[in-house]
Amino acid sequence: MASGWQLFLESFWPIVWGGLSGTIPLALASFAIGLVIALAVALARISKNRVLSGIGRFYVSVIRGTPLLVQLFVIFYGLPAVGIVIDPWPSAIAAFSLNVGGYAAEIIRAAILSVPKGQWEAGYTIGMSHTTTLRRIILPQAARVSVPPLSNTFISLVKDTSLASLILVTELFRVSQEIAAFTQDFMLLYLEAALIYWLFCLVLSSGQNALERRLDRYVAH
Amino acid sequence: MSPTDDGVQPQGPDAAGGDPLAPRAAPDDSVLLTARGIRKSFGDNEVLRSIDLEVRRGEVVVLIGPSGSGKTTVLRSLNGLETPDGGTIAFAGGPELDFSGAIPKAGRFALRDRSAMVFQQHNLFPHMTVLENVIEGPVLVQRVPKARAVAEASALLERVGLAEKRDAYPFQLSGGQQQRVGIVRALALKPDLLLFDEPTSALDPELVGEVLSVIKELADEGWTMVVVTHEVSFARQAADEVLFMDGGVVVERGAPKQIFTNPTQERTRRFLDRILRPLD
Repeated sequence: MASGWQLFLESFWPIVWGGLSGTIPLALASFAIGLVIALAVALARISKNRVLSGIGRFYVSVIRGTPLLVQLFVIFYGLPAVGIVIDPWPSAIAAFSLNVGGYAAEIIRAAILSVPKGQWEAGYTIGMSHTTTLRRIILPQAARVSVPPLSNTFISLVKDTSLASLILVTELFRVSQEIAAFTQDFMLLYLEAALIYWLFCLVLSSGQNALERRLDRYVAH
Repeated sequence: MSPTDDGVQPQGPDAAGGDPLAPRAAPDDSVLLTARGIRKSFGDNEVLRSIDLEVRRGEVVVLIGPSGSGKTTVLRSLNGLETPDGGTIAFAGGPELDFSGAIPKAGRFALRDRSAMVFQQHNLFPHMTVLENVIEGPVLVQRVPKARAVAEASALLERVGLAEKRDAYPFQLSGGQQQRVGIVRALALKPDLLLFDEPTSALDPELVGEVLSVIKELADEGWTMVVVTHEVSFARQAADEVLFMDGGVVVERGAPKQIFTNPTQERTRRFLDRILRPLD
């Protein structure tokens, strides 16, 4: 039987590869789509139109009030019952995007509201429409405010994608599970998976810091 | 960009002469703006009760009055930042907007086409450099070619003594410099009418002069402007007409000399006493 150290080394790259080919693309795709949903929901919630803001509030409430695992299972195992069969990958991306959409919507909404009203008026007085002001003046400032909390959301998402292993998506955790099932070294392989998640998150955190520094260049320190 | 000698500067119909500070149309005493019966309430609070205002080209109108008298609301209504509940506003050559009916969005844009506001808290865009702040409106809204907008913005910044700050961010400027950029941002749009909303009230006292002197210079160049201010010395020197407002009405209007030295209304006298001799 291989020594623990040897098993660790031999399984290291397969698990990392599971992360690079599964976890990271899954997280990136879900985050990108999730942000689009979040922006739409945030704008709906801010809207003066009561129907729109009601829909936005309802969406956030449902997403935040139900477990991510349940959302994932409804899409992958539940929808086939009504004739909608979706493959593991698209199911996972759908569930994670919708989830990120709900959480990030609140972050973006708060960030937009944190931009002083005078900025809107300055946009209007130079002749900009509401939409142009939002795009050119408000969102760039809201982006700076929302980077730290959105980074947290992204890092949470990277870890949450381990749930996709339960709907047969091959990602970091599933690779370690498969090796563990074969070698029966559960402790070692799950700790190894944890370590690799942590390494991934360290890299992401440093990326977050770099991004924050870049966005802070126009703010007094 | 090449260093601008005025010969290279694009000379549209807008660029009157070579001076970047010169207004778009020469003052000719014709009526530029007519506002009649402007009313506005915020909830139960009636801020404006029928305000009439007429501004001629090249004229400097100063609004004074205690806080809460409605001066700023008048100014914001002229720029479409506030929608009056009633009354009409018309610019020469433009449609008359009647606020007793529903005003289409286009109406507000028509107002902003003709006027530009300088805010008390400058409201510069913090994520843009000084130059970007100034060219944003011309390039994005008025579709001026970027090279031309940059040339004109640089000339304007030069005239207010901020040429070397064009690539700085607003937070790197003093309050007075920020407000001068705010003025240049409005000028760059070449509006017919400049609106100043207490442009020096947020400034440290020693910075007030540099901003007022720019505004005074613009007035001397022939710009048409409506200024809300507490600076009596500025009003005395620059204003053609002073309106004293209180409680949502214009209590008294006249030449600065008459208003400041010989007001006919008791309310005007009391207000002037308070601001001119606060300790008596």
